[in-house]
Amino acid sequence: MQAFTQLNGIVAPLDRANVDTDAIIPKQFLKSIKRSGFGPNAFDEWRYLDHGEPGIDNSKRQINPDFVLNKPRYKGASILLTRENFGCGSSREHAPWALLDYGFRAIIAPSYADIFFNNCFKNGILPIILNADVVDGLFQAVEADEGYKLTVDLATQTVNTPDGQSYAFEVDAFRKHCLLNGLDDIGLTLQHVDDIKTFEIKHKAAQPWLFN
Amino acid sequence: MAKTLYDKLFDSHVVREENGTALLYIDRHLVHEVTSPQAFEGLKIAGRKLWRISSVLAVPDHNVPTTDRSQGIADPISRLQVETLDQNCVDFGVTEFKMNDKRQGIVHVIGPEQGATLPGMTVVCGDSHTSTHGAFGALAHGIGTSEVEHVMATQCLVQKKSKAMQILVEGELGRGVTAKDVALAVIGRIGTAGGTGYAIEFAGSAIRSLSMEGRMTLCNMAIEAGARAGMVGVDDITINYLKGRPYAPTEAQWDAAVVYWKTLHSDAGASFDAVVELKAEDIQPQVTWGTSPEMVTAINGRVPDPEQESDPTKRGGIERALQYMGLEANTPIEAINIDKVFIGSCTNSRIEDLRAAAMVAKGKRVASNVKLAMVVPGSGLVKAQAEQEGLDRIFLDAGFEWREPGCSMCLAMNADRLEPGERCASTSNRNFEGRQGQGGRTHLVSPEMAAAAAVAGHFVDVRTML
Repeated sequence: MQAFTQLNGIVAPLDRANVDTDAIIPKQFLKSIKRSGFGPNAFDEWRYLDHGEPGIDNSKRQINPDFVLNKPRYKGASILLTRENFGCGSSREHAPWALLDYGFRAIIAPSYADIFFNNCFKNGILPIILNADVVDGLFQAVEADEGYKLTVDLATQTVNTPDGQSYAFEVDAFRKHCLLNGLDDIGLTLQHVDDIKTFEIKHKAAQPWLFN
Repeated sequence: MAKTLYDKLFDSHVVREENGTALLYIDRHLVHEVTSPQAFEGLKIAGRKLWRISSVLAVPDHNVPTTDRSQGIADPISRLQVETLDQNCVDFGVTEFKMNDKRQGIVHVIGPEQGATLPGMTVVCGDSHTSTHGAFGALAHGIGTSEVEHVMATQCLVQKKSKAMQILVEGELGRGVTAKDVALAVIGRIGTAGGTGYAIEFAGSAIRSLSMEGRMTLCNMAIEAGARAGMVGVDDITINYLKGRPYAPTEAQWDAAVVYWKTLHSDAGASFDAVVELKAEDIQPQVTWGTSPEMVTAINGRVPDPEQESDPTKRGGIERALQYMGLEANTPIEAINIDKVFIGSCTNSRIEDLRAAAMVAKGKRVASNVKLAMVVPGSGLVKAQAEQEGLDRIFLDAGFEWREPGCSMCLAMNADRLEPGERCASTSNRNFEGRQGQGGRTHLVSPEMAAAAAVAGHFVDVRTML
């Protein structure tokens, strides 16, 4: 996993609540057996006017000029600003894979769905929670100023605006550690092999039917 | 100290804990073809093995055709994904119910059906509707593919304990009011993010009187309320359902298990972080009108008017939903005509669901404006049982199609889908934009209500037909 330390990037505003993972990456693209290549199909049904299928050349498709991510001013955005309950619905990790592949490394919203939130951390994406009023203010700032950038600093847990404002955010200490260092969870857990084995023996003695 | 069911399940699986983050031991890992290939690949690249092969049970369900399977899967990309699962199961020694196995079906139907889901277990699957298995007094939730790989390699999940919410439904559900209606009414009340950060326990006399099928429907939809896990305490209904299932313990082990399972309920006086109360008698048959499961009303209700909503984000959401759904504000729900009907999915494809739908369809005909009404059993065994009971004849005589088991048009990864603009009465769990096919319009209902809509050609109060 790519480490996340500091990010200075263009902010793209997606002004909708309850954006679900079916919208982030539609089901037909879940047929892939790979982890990569989902970026061109992120938000596929909103982003293109024609129907997308895996394997077709997306560069030849009809772009929806009204969809916010298609506006030239948000080209190259690496921070997605959105509304509450982002990433609700299916557990598909293809959603963060698609966002990452598109170029997003951080998301700012008032709240997220649990599974999506968790999946982001496994893929080097930082989902930041700021309160709804702050998010509102950021939407206005992004709208007002073409090329608006924010700086996200994970070590200090702050989002910093060009005019010097700084918003603090919470992040779980373990997740922060993994993200800052780009650590693979499995490797960390396997440091506790003895604990797992000890637990397993005790668990099997108490409930042998779980091990049939 | 009095413990909640969630406390008991969580605490009994903690391998170690550090700064509030636990390593939680996983008893059962269910696997399907969509969210596992990258996990198996990760193991192969790192040279890792499965920690406990016998904990894993695999089945292809999302991509499988629901029509004749003798020629295999026509779509080469779907076929490759299913073949990849088959190969991975061979390579890693995992038990798989392959596409043509009579036990094949939707992963959340076959786990319980086989007794592979047992009370007291931690159950995970790379699928958000894993919450279904909580109906058995288990701690079950959906995980992402990275976590699938993590559980495969370590038998553990890195997990912080959630808050506990109790949803208490007291009283008696009316005739024609089902677990699905309870689920939708709960989501209508607390919203799709109402359960975020919580594990939900469903309790109260109305829940205790539900069958296991009903409890599974309810827990299945916990994720639509934002909760990764839903659960119901163990009682005789749970235990009777499990007795004699292939993976359930037998003889002395069964007796010992039952003694333990009977402790799996919240203690009297256990405290919850949130309690939501509903009266069973207040719950009517529900129909969603929008593009989120919380956009729901009773069958005798109307499509809402965005003008009446003061919150601008919510108003924008309603306006966008009505536009997508092709609905006018204030339209009576019963005046909405439908094009297709889908009875199936991990929410409502079990034998009891099919019986209930068949009872409504019996001796009637699918309305002429309905282009397709399909019934997709949750598993090969559900299908066989239904056929033994003659339910297939009832559906076929009424003009429904009777299909092979799988996820089908719940998410339209196989060939079953809505065309743009088509409107569907669906017993599935998500009415998101494009969920059942790009441009498709989904209304979530119970199996009874779906069958009633099929016959009437529009939504109708099934209670007038019983």
